[in-house]
Amino acid sequence: MSHSATAIMSIEKPQVEVEHLNLFYGNSQALTDMSFGIPASQVTALIGPSGCGKSTFLRCINRMNDLVEGLRIEGSITIDGENINDPSLDVIELRRKVGMVFQKWNPFPKSIYENVIYGLRIAGIKERGVLDQAVEQSLKRAALWDEVKDRLQQSAMGLSGGQMQRLCIARAVAVNPEIILMDEPCSALDPRSTSRIEELIRELRGEYTIIIVTHNMQQAARISDYTAYMYLGELIEYGPTQKLFTVPERKETEDYITGRFG
Amino acid sequence: MATKKSTNKFWRQGEPFVWGTALALTLVLFMTVLLFYVVLANGITVFWPKDVILATLNNGGYALGELVKDEKNPATGKKRFQFKIGNRDLYSLDFKWIDTEDIKSFSTPSDIYVLERQENGNFYGSLKELKTPGLVLPAEKKENLQAALDAIEPQRLEVEKIDRQIAALNDKVEQNNNKLLKLRYKKEEHTPATVALHDKVNTIKAEFEKLVSVLGSKQGIVAANEAVFVDANGQEKTIRLADIVRYYQPNSMSWLQKWSYYGKRLRELLFAEPRESNTEGGLFPAIFGTIMLIFMMSILSFPLGVLAGIYLREYAREGYLVKMVRIAVNNLAGIPSIVYGIFGLGFFVYGIGSQIDLLFFPEKLPTPTFGTGGILWASMTLGLLTVPVVIVATEEALGAIPPGIREGSQALAATKFQTLTRILLPMASPGILTGFILAMARAAGEVAPLMITGVVKLAPALPLDGSFPYLHLDRKFMHLGFHIYDIGFQSPNVEAAKPMVYVTTLLLILIVLIMTSTAIYLRNRMRERFSVADL
Ligand SMILES: Nc1ncnc2c1ncn2[C@@H]1O[C@H](COP(=O)(O)OP(=O)(O)OP(=O)(O)O)[C@@H](O)[C@H]1O
Ligand SMILES: [Mg+2]
Repeated sequence: MSHSATAIMSIEKPQVEVEHLNLFYGNSQALTDMSFGIPASQVTALIGPSGCGKSTFLRCINRMNDLVEGLRIEGSITIDGENINDPSLDVIELRRKVGMVFQKWNPFPKSIYENVIYGLRIAGIKERGVLDQAVEQSLKRAALWDEVKDRLQQSAMGLSGGQMQRLCIARAVAVNPEIILMDEPCSALDPRSTSRIEELIRELRGEYTIIIVTHNMQQAARISDYTAYMYLGELIEYGPTQKLFTVPERKETEDYITGRFG
Repeated sequence: MATKKSTNKFWRQGEPFVWGTALALTLVLFMTVLLFYVVLANGITVFWPKDVILATLNNGGYALGELVKDEKNPATGKKRFQFKIGNRDLYSLDFKWIDTEDIKSFSTPSDIYVLERQENGNFYGSLKELKTPGLVLPAEKKENLQAALDAIEPQRLEVEKIDRQIAALNDKVEQNNNKLLKLRYKKEEHTPATVALHDKVNTIKAEFEKLVSVLGSKQGIVAANEAVFVDANGQEKTIRLADIVRYYQPNSMSWLQKWSYYGKRLRELLFAEPRESNTEGGLFPAIFGTIMLIFMMSILSFPLGVLAGIYLREYAREGYLVKMVRIAVNNLAGIPSIVYGIFGLGFFVYGIGSQIDLLFFPEKLPTPTFGTGGILWASMTLGLLTVPVVIVATEEALGAIPPGIREGSQALAATKFQTLTRILLPMASPGILTGFILAMARAAGEVAPLMITGVVKLAPALPLDGSFPYLHLDRKFMHLGFHIYDIGFQSPNVEAAKPMVYVTTLLLILIVLIMTSTAIYLRNRMRERFSVADL
């Protein structure tokens, strides 16, 4: 791949650095030789056709893939210079640092309040004041506070889909991670909820490193600083969003973003 | 053509299938209702005081008793009546068939007494005279049975009290004897401790003798009070007042009196000891045994089953071995209960039990302590029988939780264990409880394995009582299910025991219903709290 050097931009002092990452589900390879760096405090979008390995890659970053049996990883991912697959690394610490929002919202069957502070409780925080404050702050950030402030003790199961997804974002934000992974957070939401979440991402930018998977080109263009285009488990092109959407270097990228993709 | 089309549609829409399903459900419902009706109808009327009918016979004789039922005499084709005539000590049979053509007339004399006695069942007849040498009764009440019974009551209570004291002393002697046995076994027969113990036993024994003689004299005084009754044909029968448990005159009772009698009988049923080889009196020991057995079974099988289920679903690596274990567990639930009983007998009683005896109670051998059936072994056997149900339920409940929930928790830096205890187990609890309810219902209905692991017809003492060490896991116990079998099919007087069979059945069904509905109520509350219907 002689051209890849030109298509994949190198970042100075990346927070997340991926080097020659290969991933196998049993015998089938899902990620092939991915190498790139993700900058801190920016929004990086992952785009690509369905099944190209976006979720798989995202789940490598907080080692969610540990739960999958028969999965094998080669190469390395480092966060702030630390190899996350190092056996001596505490995966709990890693997940405290790298939060995740899933495609399908998954609030716990507990009260809204308990949902938000779940991560804090797990971390052993008990002071009522701290928890109360965290709830208010996180819900405000997730633009959910006004809607639920009067029913914090009610079950989260009574919320609408969009509200549940924002609750999941609040839950992830509450533990104050450095990096937030989002796997198609808006795919099941109506346009209004989608725009609220986009707004939220824009607000979080600068404070958190956000890596977001999306199928929505416009969304990627609207909210991200950098975009990576993946195809069949390979990283095809990676660069500033502006540049990738206006003057893509690779033909495949252009076909995909203009919708000419087969 | 049109009809063909419409029949086609009829079949295509599955109309007959729908009818079939409805029919199947109706059938099941019908059987259940029928069963319940039979038990209920027969069970709740048992204690209602029935009129006592005096039949004047064509041959000049009389028959007195409760009408039980009528039917066609298979020999003559005419109607005949079955009477419960009681007076077993006079007639040797409680029941009598009388043909219609032998009967001249029926009447219900109001002065008829029905006596429930300590022995020999009911007596039907009228009161002739009272012989109460030991009682001072006011002149106008000289012939009043109630007054005499009231007057004798304090003395009877005293006798009972002495009885209890003697039993307590007996207990003490038994305990000290056990200690002595232990010392003798350790070859410490002549130590000061042994001598002191001997002295103690002797003082207790002296006290015991004294009480026994007091009891004898008291009993003599009480026993001297008698009443003379006559049956329908004028035959006299002298009955000790102390032998009368209760008397009533059904033909002259008001509704209120009948209800109060009913209440008394119900109270007796729930709180009193059985009499007359279990066919009369209360069921308290059996109720207690049944509930305690289910309780102990639950304590043993619930945690074990849940833990095993958790391991199987959450920690065991999915593979050939786990599949085999799963199949085995599922099959375990289908093994006939008697097989569990035999296993319980062989493994728990003869295996573990006799080892315990060798280790902890060698001085009592060859009399077994734990090496024989008892409530511990019976509940362990039942626990074993129900544990597969709990395992399967736990596994399925955990498996039904959406994977997103697990990931959500772990992504928030929760460990697997934290996820399990804080999220998964609460969410799985309704499903686990459902399995537990099934297990409980199954255990409550089992009799076969109990029969060889410790149930008895009549247990001398409850497995839980006031004497040290309070919980007697080695004791044998009574059980409602076994009670039904025993009095219904093993008692010498099956006909007389029939009402009790219905009552016991009803009671057993009620206990199971109460326990399972409590559990269902709890489960539904949890279900409300932890449902994830939207996910
Ligand atoms: N647990 C698994 N076991 C085996 N193969 C898997 C597993 N998860 C994903 N794959 C495979 O890995 C490939 C990448 O899947 P992945 O879910 O990462 O795609 P994606 O880019 O997120 O797609 P989408 O946009 O549809 O979410 C697919 O071919 C998929 O079939
Ligand atoms: Mg995906």
